[in-house]
This record gives sequence, C-alpha cells and structure tokens, in this order.
Amino acid sequence: MKHRLLAIPLLLVGLNPSLSALADEFDADDLKRWQAGFMSAVKSGEKLFHGGIKNPNTMSCDQCHPNAANTHPETYPKFQQQLGKVAVLGEMINWCIRNPLKGKPLALDSDDMAALQAYITWERRGVKLAPGKH
Amino acid sequence: MSKYSRRDFLKRAGACAVAGTLPISLVEVAFGNSDPKNFTFAFISDSHITQTKGDNFVENWDRGLRRAVAECNLLDPRPDFILYGGDIAQLGKPEEIDHGLEILAGLRGDVHYVMGEHDYYLDLGEHWRKRLGPERYSFDHKGVHFVVLNSILTYPEWTHKAWDSGMQRMLQMARLDNPHGSPFMVGDEQRQWLKEDLAKVDKRTPVVVFSHSPIQKIYKGWNFWTDDAEQVQAMLKPFDKATVIYGHVHQIQYNQIDNISFHAVMATAWPWPYPSTYKQAESHLAKLTVPMNRADPFFERDATGWQFIDMHSGNVDMRYVLPGNASRRVAFDEKAGRPMDTRHQDPASRIPPQNHY
Repeated sequence: MKHRLLAIPLLLVGLNPSLSALADEFDADDLKRWQAGFMSAVKSGEKLFHGGIKNPNTMSCDQCHPNAANTHPETYPKFQQQLGKVAVLGEMINWCIRNPLKGKPLALDSDDMAALQAYITWERRGVKLAPGKH
Repeated sequence: MSKYSRRDFLKRAGACAVAGTLPISLVEVAFGNSDPKNFTFAFISDSHITQTKGDNFVENWDRGLRRAVAECNLLDPRPDFILYGGDIAQLGKPEEIDHGLEILAGLRGDVHYVMGEHDYYLDLGEHWRKRLGPERYSFDHKGVHFVVLNSILTYPEWTHKAWDSGMQRMLQMARLDNPHGSPFMVGDEQRQWLKEDLAKVDKRTPVVVFSHSPIQKIYKGWNFWTDDAEQVQAMLKPFDKATVIYGHVHQIQYNQIDNISFHAVMATAWPWPYPSTYKQAESHLAKLTVPMNRADPFFERDATGWQFIDMHSGNVDMRYVLPGNASRRVAFDEKAGRPMDTRHQDPASRIPPQNHY
C-alpha cells in the first residue's frame, strides 16, 4: 500500500499518508491503530463513568450502573415511555446527568458523549441488537 | 392478639400522608399467630447518606431514609426491634454518619446496627464505633439467638497498603466494580469469636445472623461475596434452623444452602442491577430467587424499600415494602424446606418487570 502512494498526485503527498490511502485498502497496522483509537475512547469513557463527570451531587454513573450494567444500549433507539418519544442512548445519558446528578448535559456530538457511549457499549459487547425493546 | 383492632389501625394510618404505601396485610399476618413467642422486627439498610458540601447532602438519599423511618414508625403493633443493615454513609465521613443517625433517631424502638464497608474504610470504623459501639455482638430475643457480624473486613495487606489517605482507601472500596478492590471476609479472629458465641447456644434454638455482605458467593467482581463464607456456613450447620440476612446488594435475593436460609434486603438509596445482567462475567445468583422489578429511573424511589420480618416459625417471613410497587413476601416454606415467594415463585406467575436484561 505504501508503495502505491508514490503514484498518487503530488497534491496528496503532503497529507498524512495513512489518511490518504485508497478508500478500500487498509492493512493490519491500520486495524490495530483504529482499534487502539476506539479503546482509548473506551478508557476515557470508563473514567468519566466512574466519577469523571463533575456534578453538584458528587455522584457517578457506576453508583447505579456497575460495569455499565442495566443501561441496555442494545435497545436504543427506543420509545422511551417516560419521555413519550423515541430517544437515543445519548439522551438517556443526559437524563441521568441532569436528574440524579443534577449536572449539566453534554452536547450529543461531544467527545465526552462519544467516550461514554464507547464504554457503555463495550461493556455490553456480544449482546444482540434489540432496537425498541422495553 | 393485640388490643388494637384493624379499624383502629386504619384510622391511625389514615392520618398520615404516607399511609397509602403501608402494607396493611402484613400487619394482619403478624396479628394472626397466637404463640406468645411470635414477634416481628423491621429492617432498614443501605442509605448511603452523601455529604456534598458543608451542611448539604444528596436529597434523594435523605428522602429514601426519611421515608423508611416514617413508614416503619406507622407499624402497629410495633416491631420488637429494628435492624439497620449497614452503609449509613457513602464515604464514611463523620458528617454523613451523624446526619444518617440523626434521621434514624426518629425511629420508635430499639435499633441494632451492622457495619457496612461505606461506614468503615475511611477510618476503619472509628467514628461508627464511637457512635454505635462494637460491630460484632449477639443477643437473645424470645427464644431466637441473633448474631451481628462485621463481614466487610478484607485482607490486611489491602487494608494497610501505603494509601495516601483513608479517603483514598475509602474511594477504592466504594467503587463496586473496582478491579483493584479486595474481597470481603469475616476473618479468623471474628470466626473464633463466633465459634465461642455459638458454642453456648442450644442446637434447637433458631439462629439469625446479620451481616452486611452475603455469607455466600454470588459474584466476586461486585463483592456480592464473602471470602470465608463456607467456614461461617459450617458453624451454622449444626443448628436446626439458621438464617442469614444481609444488605449490600440493594436487591431481592434469597437462597437455601442445606439448613441455612439466606435473605437480602433492599436499599433505601438506590437499586443495583443483578450481576447476571453484566454479560462479560459469570455470576451465581440462586436460581430460587425471583428478581425484583426492574427499576424505573424516572421514579426516584423505585426498586428501593425496607423490610418487615415475621419470626413466627423460627424461620424468616420477609415482607419487602416497595414504594410505588406491590409488596413482595418471601417466606420459609416448611414443605419445600426453603424460602419461596408467596405470589411469584411459580414461573407462570411472573410479571414482565421481573425480566432483567
């Protein structure tokens, strides 16, 4: 793959070669790096989940959800009957931050929100998707 | 039979705002037996009172404990005594223990206390002991021998590690899913004390042990576990009737191992998921247990509660008082020789919220 880079237009050579590889080609090193990127989000999510979210109630997610249990990410999006609408997991995370924690909700596209969802979903790996399940 | 009629009781209860949640049928059962040795006691546990700043505490947890105290005070006739199952505090701070005890001081009746890990690992129980006395003791009541153990000790190498502070140690133990935690145990010294204590008791006397952690092994990853459980169980084996009642797990659990019945109690603060819902590890909750209802987080007291216990057979007849939910009753079944849910034990009688995933 790296040799082929020589053949592509000069314009792209200045960019990070790994990012400018042809769309459908990647090797084992790429996979490893991407997995490491994901796992670093899992790790920072784990930290946020265990006391990393500052809030006036000094509470943490793991107080009610050890190992992120009882969050059932595989069921989202679902009709959240208490909200009367279809909600995504991020909205329920913010519900917890706002209510039991009395904290400030995260932007749904923030790095912290991505990290929390990475951790929660990682702890649930292997469980079949069940969208909408109540 | 009490001098109070059911109508009197209803009249009194009606005067109180929380009467709607009072399990009136429970009181009738307590009246129902005429043996003078019959008695009842109440059980409150796991309030996790949390100081946020100065005089401020997490209101949710305060409300849970206040509600249990208020409801317990409405029981009529009165329970003979009240048990508190441990974890008054979240981080063992004197302010938290004192604030919790201030709320518990509203209870009408004598209270016996069990030490929880959240009360202990900041100062190794010093403040708790100063307020409440020794953490292991026994007493006899109407023909039953009761033992209180401190079952949340752990290996001295962990307890006396070179911690930066007691608070660092407390925070490590407070995290339930901490991979760097350490398993609970009763310990050699306390088991020796238990052996001597039980030696004085006739084997036909029903024995009830109160501990914070389960004296059985359910899931080590969350310390639903006592490392020397089998050794303690062996000491209870010679008795005709033995029961262990424990806190810590914040959920309905029950089990029977040989002659020993096991019952867990609810928290007043928040519920915990069943370990089986964590898919990355194996756990061993007794198949006998019909799970509590799945919690609705939008109702802050859901899947919390307190207990009312009838000792009329020398075995435990446990009634779970669950705010906003029908009470559950788990009673020793003489025929089956184990505790059974009186309504939901049969798989055909389960309700959808009892399915956890």
